[in-house]
Amino acid sequence: MELNGYHCDGEGCGEAEDEDTTGPMQIRSVAEAPCSFAAAASMEKAAAGGPAHRERRISNSTSARQRTDSLRKNRPPFPWFGMDIGGTLVKLVYFEPKDITTEEEQEEVESLKSIRRYLTSHTAYGKTGIRDVHLELPDLTLWGRRGCMHFIRFPTQELPAFLQMGREKHFSSLHTTLCATGGGAYKFEADFRTMANLQLLKLDELDCLIKGVLYIDSVVSVGPPECYYYENPTDPERCQQKAYNLENPYPLLLVNIGSGVSILAVYSKDNYKRVTGTSLGGGTFLGMCCLLTGCSTFEEALEMASKGESTRVDKLVRDIYGGDYERFGLPGWAVASSFGNMMCKEKRDSVSKEDLARATLVTITNNIGSITRMCALNENIERVVFVGNFLRVNTLSMKLLAYALDYWSKGQLKALFLRHEGYFGAVGALLELSNSS
Amino acid sequence: MATPGGTDRASHSLDKSITLPPDEIFRNLENAKRFAIDIGGSLTKLAYYSTVQHKVAKVRSFDHTAKGDGEPLYEISVQEEITARLHFIKFENTYIETCLDFIKDHLVNTETKVIKATGGGAHKFKDLIEKKLKLKVDKEDEMTCLIKGCNFVLRNIPHEAFVYAKHADSEFRFQNTHPDIFPYLLVNIGSGVSIVKVESEDKYERIGGSSIGGGTFWGLGALLTKTKRFDELLQLASKGQHTNVDMLVKDIYGGAYGSLGLTGDLIASSFGKSATADKEFSKEDMAKSLLHMISNDIGQLACLYARLHNLTRVYFGGFFIRGHPVTMHTITYSINFFTKGEVQALFLRHEGYLGAIGAFLKGAEEDNPNQYSWGENYAGSSGLMSVSPDLNPMQRARSGTFDMLEMDRLERQLVNLPLLQDPSSYIPDTVDLTEDALAREYWLYCFEEALDGVVKRAVASQRDQPEAAERAEKFRQKYRHKLQTLRHQPFAYGSLTVRSLLDTREHCLNEFNFPDPYSKIKQRENDMALKYYQKVVKSLEELSWDQRQFALVRGLLAGNVFDWGAKAVSDVLESDPEFGFEQAKHQLQDNSGMDIILGVFPFVRELLIRGTEVVLASNSGPALNDVTNSELQIVTERIAAMDPVIQAAVKEDRLTLVQSGSSSPCLDLSRLDKVLATVVRERSTDLVVIEGMGRAIHTNYYAMLSCESLKLAVIKNSWLAERLGGKIFSVVFKYEVPSKTQGQY
Repeated sequence: MELNGYHCDGEGCGEAEDEDTTGPMQIRSVAEAPCSFAAAASMEKAAAGGPAHRERRISNSTSARQRTDSLRKNRPPFPWFGMDIGGTLVKLVYFEPKDITTEEEQEEVESLKSIRRYLTSHTAYGKTGIRDVHLELPDLTLWGRRGCMHFIRFPTQELPAFLQMGREKHFSSLHTTLCATGGGAYKFEADFRTMANLQLLKLDELDCLIKGVLYIDSVVSVGPPECYYYENPTDPERCQQKAYNLENPYPLLLVNIGSGVSILAVYSKDNYKRVTGTSLGGGTFLGMCCLLTGCSTFEEALEMASKGESTRVDKLVRDIYGGDYERFGLPGWAVASSFGNMMCKEKRDSVSKEDLARATLVTITNNIGSITRMCALNENIERVVFVGNFLRVNTLSMKLLAYALDYWSKGQLKALFLRHEGYFGAVGALLELSNSS
Repeated sequence: MATPGGTDRASHSLDKSITLPPDEIFRNLENAKRFAIDIGGSLTKLAYYSTVQHKVAKVRSFDHTAKGDGEPLYEISVQEEITARLHFIKFENTYIETCLDFIKDHLVNTETKVIKATGGGAHKFKDLIEKKLKLKVDKEDEMTCLIKGCNFVLRNIPHEAFVYAKHADSEFRFQNTHPDIFPYLLVNIGSGVSIVKVESEDKYERIGGSSIGGGTFWGLGALLTKTKRFDELLQLASKGQHTNVDMLVKDIYGGAYGSLGLTGDLIASSFGKSATADKEFSKEDMAKSLLHMISNDIGQLACLYARLHNLTRVYFGGFFIRGHPVTMHTITYSINFFTKGEVQALFLRHEGYLGAIGAFLKGAEEDNPNQYSWGENYAGSSGLMSVSPDLNPMQRARSGTFDMLEMDRLERQLVNLPLLQDPSSYIPDTVDLTEDALAREYWLYCFEEALDGVVKRAVASQRDQPEAAERAEKFRQKYRHKLQTLRHQPFAYGSLTVRSLLDTREHCLNEFNFPDPYSKIKQRENDMALKYYQKVVKSLEELSWDQRQFALVRGLLAGNVFDWGAKAVSDVLESDPEFGFEQAKHQLQDNSGMDIILGVFPFVRELLIRGTEVVLASNSGPALNDVTNSELQIVTERIAAMDPVIQAAVKEDRLTLVQSGSSSPCLDLSRLDKVLATVVRERSTDLVVIEGMGRAIHTNYYAMLSCESLKLAVIKNSWLAERLGGKIFSVVFKYEVPSKTQGQY
């Protein structure tokens, strides 16, 4: 992300023209409805990880007033950010209040306004920063405020530019705490302080991940379902996405595929353990594709993969046995040796970059599936939720995971996916804002 | 998958330039039968069974009635004995045609019709084999062969399995042969990975696998580095820095991820740093990163499977592993990491032969090879080659060489001594010379020093044969070469021990038809000792009980001084033929002659008089001047003829003679004659007496038995005496009861 990119990236979206596109007046009135406050009050607890919808019903109007008061006192000052600084990507979640009163607007300092306008009026920041508009949650109540949750990502290597911008926009004058998780929260803590005069609240990435997953799943009720699976994963003709109700999620195997992979067994909202992890993750896919094909972005790599044929690269069971290896129940189409054909020079010369990209994708994905399946067996868990940015726009991998889990477990294991794939850590971090004071 | 990868090396361009030395490779082809062949991606392993004619010293008693003064006790004759041997030869695929021609030219046995074949390359050479050898190629399932071979080596070769520790004093830590080898997990890393659970001889199951294996390393490595050969890729990897390519935890966190216990140096994302178009990465670094990625992944899956099936013994094999220190190290590291040390990665010395051994066994089922015990022949086996620290020069040096394994069928089936307190933790040898560099240096020197004497003795034992000197010279060269090999590669045949040095010498002597160089000395000594027997018994009987017990023990120990294996003693014996039992007693502080007749028999006699039943175990085959079972039979007859106590005991079965199953000056209590084990069990043995430096000091000094035991010996080596804190000719008299309290001296 480049420094000047934060101002305008040439799509005619100058700062001058963007008034708030939202209507703060209407939303504010909704926000002040008592029941809304009650809901928000309970949400504070939800921030600790609980499924909010359950508590929504038990709240009553007598206690609502009290809660509202305490809420006002404890409510963190704007802006509300949650950040997850990973090995490859920075995920930024921004809660844009849409119930701002005139009073508030007058009091609102210029820097806050400018940040809000800048973030909400663009969908791209610099060359590499992107707001995933399709993921935004437009009608959300958080700590008594109504607003919209935005999901933004940019490469970790652009973090200095981001800090530079924070400095120019006088972010530090807002007396806010920036909740951050991911390894970068630790690695760049000093940079945040020295470059942007910002104090980070560092949070554990796995805590945040689980909080984020539980929160998002609980608040999404309209629009496309948050949690889904692939029906008939073993039949390409009939394979299709279906909504899945994650109301009673435990026990759950949570597989987070970022640059690397972490596998967690979650038994309740605050009881989980990291079962294992693997270094063969999204970073490996991209890193290898770059070396093998000369591409440089995830999108390029995926694009190539979608056009390639991995069976030219991999050695299949049928390449060795002429068909199924029945003695061991191995179907002929199964991969016997990933990149196995590449031991042979003639075959190395005959494959395309697309084939190599596809083989890399298949290799990494199948391996994650395989380790996940073993963990599920060892932990005796049947439900597996895959998250992480490796799955972003990566239907190939998702279908492959769904297939692999279903096939090798003979239908015992179910692969589930979440729409907000890579953002849960950042959401979890944002939710910690209420504990920041 | 079990299949070794197809190779892009020109396997078809066969090298005929090599001339095969017939004395060394493909030995005993004229008697060969039951061929099996395992053709992998680059190496061919050939197996066959042969019968070996051995000269064996036999003793035969003279007619008792015709005994006269000055006539020897028994007759020694050298006879031809036929024993069975398994030959395994490993060579590069490029030599396959030369080898087949050689075999065709030397093969005499016409009964053989079939050759069992396995391995990924078997089909490629099927026609060639059938044409050249006129044998029908009969293909066997690869996995079945592999498992059969694995069971066979685990059961029959002590120190077959080892743990690899790159930075330890000795890289190879050999494992004891576990009495029960099942269940175990075999992770075969060929082009893919097969994970097999083996539960019994015939029951195994492929419980899983992975497509990320040796083929992935090779294929991806070739793409990334433009390096074609597997060995070269490994070499590149050994020089690289993976941290330039991999994203580490500290690259993300700036340090460790403390709350999860993930250290900063841990790989968070393999190849995570190469996700950029504008940076060049070195071949070495990429190869290293790839190696780590694949090894870690395999290790992780192996651990997950081991945990799911509750298995702790995990053996790794396949071409990815095959003696490569680099991959053994990375796999070991991975297993340690993922199991926190609970599971150890185990490797096999003869891993490359498993398929060939298994295929052979499939073809030899009618010979019931599994009914016998087999022993590695140190003289005819190449041993584990060093490929460390820099694997390449050695690997290169090995190119064009033939690696061999020979196993002798043992006459007796060998089992554990039932009285071992914990068979699984029993280690016969007192000092592991693989780990103890000082001791290793001393003993290698010692054996080299003693070599002249052994050669002389060997020639002397066959004065009637003019070519004995020439054979003895060949023996000298062979054994010296073995000693040199062991100096550089102490791990070549498992843990190096005084026992293995002694056994190797016996194997080499046998190889050159010196079956029993000490037979005549033993004969002379036995004759002499018999003359003194009654005198000794009489003088003992005159003593009070207390005095007698002491004298008996002195006698036992004095007899033990007569050890031709100890240089200090053999020097005296050579120079002073009059050195007698009385002198030995004065020197104080299993051998034939003095030891058995004047030391052991009076002791046995005392036990018999007390009403104790005695089982007298002695070597099955000759070793130094230790008495053999057949000699002992005759000696016992003769003693019985003059001593009613012994006579009655033999008649009433209170004195039983059995073979130990050993042909070594040392004793491995985990490999004893099954008959001995049965007798021990049936008679409810409650005291074990182990006598002699080889059996009670070099081995079994720390052996824990479940009954009372007495270990006694005279230390006939000043270096060892010093090490144990005593002087030469000091006495070890170690009485132990099977409790927590240790014995006393």
